[in-house]
Amino acid sequence: MNTFELLGQGLIAAMQVQNLIYALIGVTLGTAVGVLPGIGPALTVALLLPVTYNLDPAGSLIMFAGIYYGGMYGGSTTSILLNTPGESASIVTALEGNKMARQGRGGPALATAAIGSFVAGLIATLGLAFIAPFVVKFALSFGPADYFALMILAFITVSAAFGDSPLRGLTALFIGLGLGIIGIDQQTGQTRLAFGVLDLLDGIEVTTLAVALFAIGETIKTATDPDQIKAEVMAIKGSVWMTLEDWKRSWASWLRGTFIGFPIGAMPAGGADIASFLSYSAEKSFAKKPEEFGHGAIEGVAGPEAANNASAAGTLVPLLTLGLPTTATAAIMLAGFQQFGLQPGPLLFANNAGLVWSLIASLLIANFMLLVLNLPLIGLWVKLLTIPKPWLYAGILVFATLGTLGANGAMSMGFGSVRISFELVLLLAFGVLGYLLRRFGYPIAPVVVGLILGPMAEQQLRRALSISQGDPAVLFHSPISLVLYAVAIIAVGLPMIMRWRGKGAVLGQLASDED
Amino acid sequence: MSAGQSNSTRRPDGAALVIAVILAAISIIIFWQTSQMRVPPIQQRVGPTVFPYIVATGLGLLAVGTLISALRNGFPARSKDDFGPIAWIVGGLVAQILLLSTAGFAVATGVLFAFTAKGFGRGPLWQTIPIGVVFSFIVWFIFARGLQLSLPMGPVERFIVTGSF
Repeated sequence: MNTFELLGQGLIAAMQVQNLIYALIGVTLGTAVGVLPGIGPALTVALLLPVTYNLDPAGSLIMFAGIYYGGMYGGSTTSILLNTPGESASIVTALEGNKMARQGRGGPALATAAIGSFVAGLIATLGLAFIAPFVVKFALSFGPADYFALMILAFITVSAAFGDSPLRGLTALFIGLGLGIIGIDQQTGQTRLAFGVLDLLDGIEVTTLAVALFAIGETIKTATDPDQIKAEVMAIKGSVWMTLEDWKRSWASWLRGTFIGFPIGAMPAGGADIASFLSYSAEKSFAKKPEEFGHGAIEGVAGPEAANNASAAGTLVPLLTLGLPTTATAAIMLAGFQQFGLQPGPLLFANNAGLVWSLIASLLIANFMLLVLNLPLIGLWVKLLTIPKPWLYAGILVFATLGTLGANGAMSMGFGSVRISFELVLLLAFGVLGYLLRRFGYPIAPVVVGLILGPMAEQQLRRALSISQGDPAVLFHSPISLVLYAVAIIAVGLPMIMRWRGKGAVLGQLASDED
Repeated sequence: MSAGQSNSTRRPDGAALVIAVILAAISIIIFWQTSQMRVPPIQQRVGPTVFPYIVATGLGLLAVGTLISALRNGFPARSKDDFGPIAWIVGGLVAQILLLSTAGFAVATGVLFAFTAKGFGRGPLWQTIPIGVVFSFIVWFIFARGLQLSLPMGPVERFIVTGSF
């Protein structure tokens, strides 16, 4: 069957009422959490995992992907109206978008962001549909050594290539890798680093770590930072609609943003924040009126918003075809697949073709839903921004602990008559870790990616080594792995040269942080 | 961000030195724990100890890197953090952990809710704790009853749902 037929069947499946409802819940939740500062798609999906345990796998995954897409839409609203990005990929949008809002052009800024996200989401999702089968065909020829090289590349791009310090990125990654060792070794049944604690035998749950790092770490960091507690919301003044000139200035930016964002997401080159930043610099150099940049240039909103949506769709290419998460949200979605006993990768396309294609098709539908949610209903989302911070963060912690208890509510520890949930103790410990990481400028995403990808990389490494009877040279035998290592070296080397040539500040902006 | 800025006149970053020591300690612990594992000879080269040794080595190198970075003040400037809010939020989480098995989800989480709000400067507790308990109960009801999530029950939940303690 060709891609059109598969996609067509996917669309029929996606149009089922049940799947439409899941998609609608996903995009609505996604938009809401994208709008709310302090809570992003990664955290939301992590919190929903225990709730969806008994639900339909396809529906749940459609909902998760909807949350991811919705988060990218919603984040722009916060950036434009609050000047505090709702999620990290929208940091750049705040540069021009908030200036536009201050000039009373908040409406057109929101419109170009929403329509740009729609255009990008549509093109990029089609890109996903047509590229995925090729990647799958290619990936079927991968041996364990190639997979290991691929994971090394992902580790490098997630942790060291961007951000202001490869040292801190790699440290974050190795903390995640270290946590990934804890528990019973899948292949030999040996216990590692459990220190006699029974609760550690199953290893550290990705969701517990993610919820702690994102929800609790972020809450503590925000509470200690007085600047973040008070920020003013700009009211939308004037018309929401874009003028003819706005359209003329936006459309090319949308397309450029899409074609910058999609490959960056698809090539494991980092998250949406990098794409939106590169798109912003591109718009700046293409602009007919570069003097407007910094004072509310609509291109500076249109391009990056298209880029971050396109890259979110792009991220699904390595996730679905190779099982390789390159952002925190993708890592949690991988945990979601695993919860249902599904392992993303080339075999998923063979064994669960129906599920994969209905997921991809639902993303197309989700895009239409998001356009409706974000243009006519924008006023509703703006109201979310007026929730006072104390209630918002108190609520976030309620849901964070709820999700953790829902996943594992066993009261397995205790002293005297007081029984204690071990999972909540872990949540607290990792929450404090999350705060410290933020305080000292460590990125968060590499910890999460390290935890979930570490054991997978180990498995491939050991497979490769056992084929060669322990000879590490096997890792460098195939041309594919050599190319991947070369790309990894370039990914580290190029930014270092840029830093050395005094462009460190630019890279600092690219910090692969939240989602 | 002051990445890469080396200023030898400033004192080394004390907190960053502590981080370097912690990383080194974790590396040593992984080395030590892994060396304690009894591995059959056939698994010596490809067994469960290979990856922990790689990670421990990496952490050791990163500890050295962090040490150098700390001495050269390579860490981004930090604002002076206010420790009051941290105490409230961590205190709220500890209180919830301790109360959960006896007082139930609504009360324990209500306390967490109120303490967190207090960390953000919203009080007084005698007002926010009841608000938190009511909110947490509603959340409990939706998730435990509606979505079949297993959440700890206490006297409050039992009384409202079944009518007796």
